[in-house]
Amino acid sequence: MDYTATLISATLALAAPLIGGLLMGVDRKLTARMQERVGPPLAQPFYDALKLWGKTAIIDSSLQPVLAFGYLGFALVAAGLVTFRQNLLLVLFVTGMADICLTVAAFNAKSSYSYLGGRREFLAMLSYEPVMLLAYIAIFLVTGSFTIRGIYEYGAPLLPVLPAALVALEVVLVIEMKKSPFDLSGYAHQELVRGVFTEFSGYTMALIELGRWTKLATALMILSLFWAPSPVIGAAISLAMFFVALIVDNLYPRLTWQRMLRTTWAVGFVLIVLNVVALAVGGVIR
Amino acid sequence: MTLLQKARLKSPWVMHFDCGGCNGCDIEVLAALTPKFDVERFGIINIGDPKQADVMVLTGPVNHKNKRVLRDLYEEVPDPKMVIAVGTCACTGGIFHNCPNILGGVNKVIPVDVYVPGCAARPEQIIDGVVLALKKLAGEAPEEDE
Repeated sequence: MDYTATLISATLALAAPLIGGLLMGVDRKLTARMQERVGPPLAQPFYDALKLWGKTAIIDSSLQPVLAFGYLGFALVAAGLVTFRQNLLLVLFVTGMADICLTVAAFNAKSSYSYLGGRREFLAMLSYEPVMLLAYIAIFLVTGSFTIRGIYEYGAPLLPVLPAALVALEVVLVIEMKKSPFDLSGYAHQELVRGVFTEFSGYTMALIELGRWTKLATALMILSLFWAPSPVIGAAISLAMFFVALIVDNLYPRLTWQRMLRTTWAVGFVLIVLNVVALAVGGVIR
Repeated sequence: MTLLQKARLKSPWVMHFDCGGCNGCDIEVLAALTPKFDVERFGIINIGDPKQADVMVLTGPVNHKNKRVLRDLYEEVPDPKMVIAVGTCACTGGIFHNCPNILGGVNKVIPVDVYVPGCAARPEQIIDGVVLALKKLAGEAPEEDE
């Protein structure tokens, strides 16, 4: 990889939190418009994070800040792995590590709300990670490589070949964004106070917010790979999926974790397996 | 005004606690959070988590049972914080004044920054109270009453 490409990848990875933060602002604005409200300014997530950073932090254990930094750190590493076109499986595992940092921090606090939120976060991971893994295996079967570079070298866009995998990843995106109907763990409208985020305050919460923006940007960057030859069409696809997630959020009430697990696995597994079988019958996969 | 001060003014997260009134003011507080008044355009979110809240919105008179809860919640909210007493009961004890089980207004237990009187206080008044609290947070002297 030459010098300019490295520079672009590094800048994109470091800008991931900013892109994600802006998208969160768009999310809140669009959600407000869908509810016939004016909504907060576009930069609202940045105001929130800055304010949280400036507030006194109540640290419940010396492990909590470490895990908050770990969450952001692993999320940034995952973003870097995507922009440097590394292995998709590695991206999955590093993102998983970020989530584990969050849940361990939630379990570590002596709070029943944070404990329940952490448990739900684990169940969310249990729901979407196998589906993601299966989608990446489908990509491997088509392109012959788990690396993002392999997807670029494949040349042709993936969307015409794997449309059902994209639909399965839409469900994953809704869970990852903690949106209705799967907003069980964090933003369940005070069902568990603040769920997995209850015990974070001040700068630790700001770090968690930054990590969430980074994860959103990373997830959308992975979705844009479905039209790898043209980054513009890829970005359009991922933004369209972001918009669909917002519509779903405003349409559906919250499900229980059992329903979440059943829906995700049923929809995800069936769609991806059908897609792969169709490809095998059609002769695309040998 | 520094950027941090601006951020503070732009995102006051509210925690609402009912000390034990008639729920009239609580309904008005919740009315103020509905899409009709759309307080999210000022960045106000009803967060419910004292560890992340900036503004405490308190309703109802304090009694001997819940003064400890109120004090705990006040101490859990990290600085800088603002306390708003909404409704006559939270301000002075109101109709429950001098009852044997009632201490009086919220200010008998914790320091209060803004008083929003009224039985029940209207949503517009409550939003106005939050804005007044933000002015105080920014260091501006609040205007004398109009």
